Amino acid sequence: MSNTTSETAPDAPQGAAISDFGIDTTSQSTGEAVRDYAARLRGGELGSLPALLGVVVLLIVFSSLADTFLTLGNIANLLAQGASVVIIAMGLVFVLLLGEIDLSAGTASGVTASVMALHLIHGGNLLGGMGDTVFYLFCGLLALAAVLAGIMRIWAGVALSVVALAVALIGVPANPWVEMLLAVCVGAAIGCITGFLVARVGIPSFVVTLALFLAWGGVILQFIGEGGTLGLRDDIIFNVANGNLSTAGSWALFVVAAGGYGAVVLGRHFSRLRRGLVASPTPIVLVKVGAVLVLGAVATYALTLNRSKSDLVVITGVPFVVPIVLVLLVIGTFVLERTRYGRHVYAVGGNQEAARRAGINVAQIRMSVFVIASSMAAIGAIVYSSKVGSVDPNAGGGNTLLMAVGAAVIGGTSLFGGKGKLRDAVIGGAVLAIIQNGMGLLDQPAAVVFIVTGLVLLLAASVDALSRRRAASAVR
Amino acid sequence: MSEPILELRGINKSFGPVHVLHDIDFDVHPGQVTALVGDNGAGKSTLVKCIAGIHPTDSGQVLFNGEEVHIHGPRDAAHLGIEVVYQDLALCDNLDIVQNMFLGRERGKLGLLDEADMEQAARKTLTSLSVRTVKSVRTQVASLSGGQRQTVAIAKAVLWNSKVVLLDEPTAALGVAQTRQVLDLVRRLAEQGLGVVLISHNMNDVFEVADRIACLYLGRMAAEVNTKDVTHGQVVELITAGRSGDLGIARPETATI
Repeated sequence: MSNTTSETAPDAPQGAAISDFGIDTTSQSTGEAVRDYAARLRGGELGSLPALLGVVVLLIVFSSLADTFLTLGNIANLLAQGASVVIIAMGLVFVLLLGEIDLSAGTASGVTASVMALHLIHGGNLLGGMGDTVFYLFCGLLALAAVLAGIMRIWAGVALSVVALAVALIGVPANPWVEMLLAVCVGAAIGCITGFLVARVGIPSFVVTLALFLAWGGVILQFIGEGGTLGLRDDIIFNVANGNLSTAGSWALFVVAAGGYGAVVLGRHFSRLRRGLVASPTPIVLVKVGAVLVLGAVATYALTLNRSKSDLVVITGVPFVVPIVLVLLVIGTFVLERTRYGRHVYAVGGNQEAARRAGINVAQIRMSVFVIASSMAAIGAIVYSSKVGSVDPNAGGGNTLLMAVGAAVIGGTSLFGGKGKLRDAVIGGAVLAIIQNGMGLLDQPAAVVFIVTGLVLLLAASVDALSRRRAASAVR
Repeated sequence: MSEPILELRGINKSFGPVHVLHDIDFDVHPGQVTALVGDNGAGKSTLVKCIAGIHPTDSGQVLFNGEEVHIHGPRDAAHLGIEVVYQDLALCDNLDIVQNMFLGRERGKLGLLDEADMEQAARKTLTSLSVRTVKSVRTQVASLSGGQRQTVAIAKAVLWNSKVVLLDEPTAALGVAQTRQVLDLVRRLAEQGLGVVLISHNMNDVFEVADRIACLYLGRMAAEVNTKDVTHGQVVELITAGRSGDLGIARPETATI
């Protein structure tokens, strides 16, 4: 044993320990960072790069094939079309990070949309809208959700379920804001039930959510009635997906969003440098911030131009969905990256046993992500109902959910858990929205649109699988 | 000899009809490496898990610093300053070194993370253990070698001003050079005044780093001896037969009845 000591002990003198270790205290040079990044790409850590390239390629292809694709009106339309899928996908990222799946997010969002529509149409009288039996069952489920969330000590879930129950029982008069709040609260309650079944009862999430996917589909039918449609005649709700900020508002959004981003990123970067912590090279950070500022400014400017096709009306301003998605993205990213809760989500997704041994309440984390996913699905439901202007029995059914999962996966979220960011959902959602929109402009039949979308998803999954294999072989 | 920091008295543990630990007495002294050896199924891992609070014990006393304590869960053990480095590592591949070292005990206020503070503390700990093989504390654990991962797992245990560190087969899956690193680290832990328990199958490792050897045989403590008083052969006999000369259980055949 003693001879191996001299062989394998590093030749560096003892004093080298700190400097050797200190490669991270002195920040890398730009060249090193670029080479590092290239090495990571070769090693299979692609992140959302393939999806970003996909967006660029698709933009080039469609703008060269369809003249109308790159018009301002279409771009704004594309944003509104893609927003609901992106929002549902952002919620699903939380579930996917644990390596679970929520197949019921789509129809659950439909349930929240129909509750919202019923509340609006019946002037807050849900009892009248649903009928006695259904109403009491509905309230019972909300109460059950609150109790289940209480058992698992997810207080946000308790609070939201209780709010939904209170709104339903008191019969708060119809008001668009109350309706939207109700939708989100019902979504949270649904998530409490799903999450409890998965995390505490221990049924695989695939089965639970498959069953609930069917059940919620039935609930929507019951709420709306076969063949019926619930119209959403309310300006505020209509404007969620169809309205635009004023020109001044658009620029204010740009200043707050891009300026805020720049301030946060640069502030953190320099404070890390000052304290001698791991930091990327300053030029790279500056380029990143600069790119966001320039792109944001260009987009804001373009969207504040008149994009109306007729001379009679003027349509300008950034669509409301943009700040909605941005706010959700910022809050969600903050939660995942900067809070203890987010760290625990990643930990449970990476190694459940390690997380348990570290003292993390794994069941609570697993339940909470379903609450988040269903609440986000409800926000997505508000957006798509607003876009259509009504809720029909197919709301959230069909391929809504699968598109959302597809968006998250195309963006680079791993289905095996532990890897993914919220922005993946946005980028992946952009890919899907561009395909749908572009193929529509090219007058392609639905058959072709579906096949192409499917192939893109397959491509994304293959890239994920291949890069993972590469990463696995690169280790050690 | 110094007072033991951790003492077990008459620990019993059954899983259903299987009586895994019989009246175990076991001492851990600060500043010493105590090797816990025994054949497969002798109860080494169970004993460690009982100390760590993962399994409740059926009967028996645990004394920490001379006072009786009751450990009901991993958090209780951690609170006392008992840390376990498990055989299967218990690291999250998708997190970096700092994130892993602070997992479950993140620093920061109101649920927010104080990354800067954690990063500095992690680096300080690794430096104090003279860990030279890790390039950056922000490296993902997935890209570390087996020895480096073990190093991180051990450093994680040390970070908490822990008093007792239990290592479950830390060198089982490692190559020669990496085993070297880890054994050096184990020795340094003891030199820093911690009570170290090393579970190992490898007699070379045990004789190299351990001050004392505790040998389990079929769920009983066959012997607790000073390393310098015994030979390889004697320890192997203790492991396989439960006795060696006048050491060990008087007559293992009768004792098990």
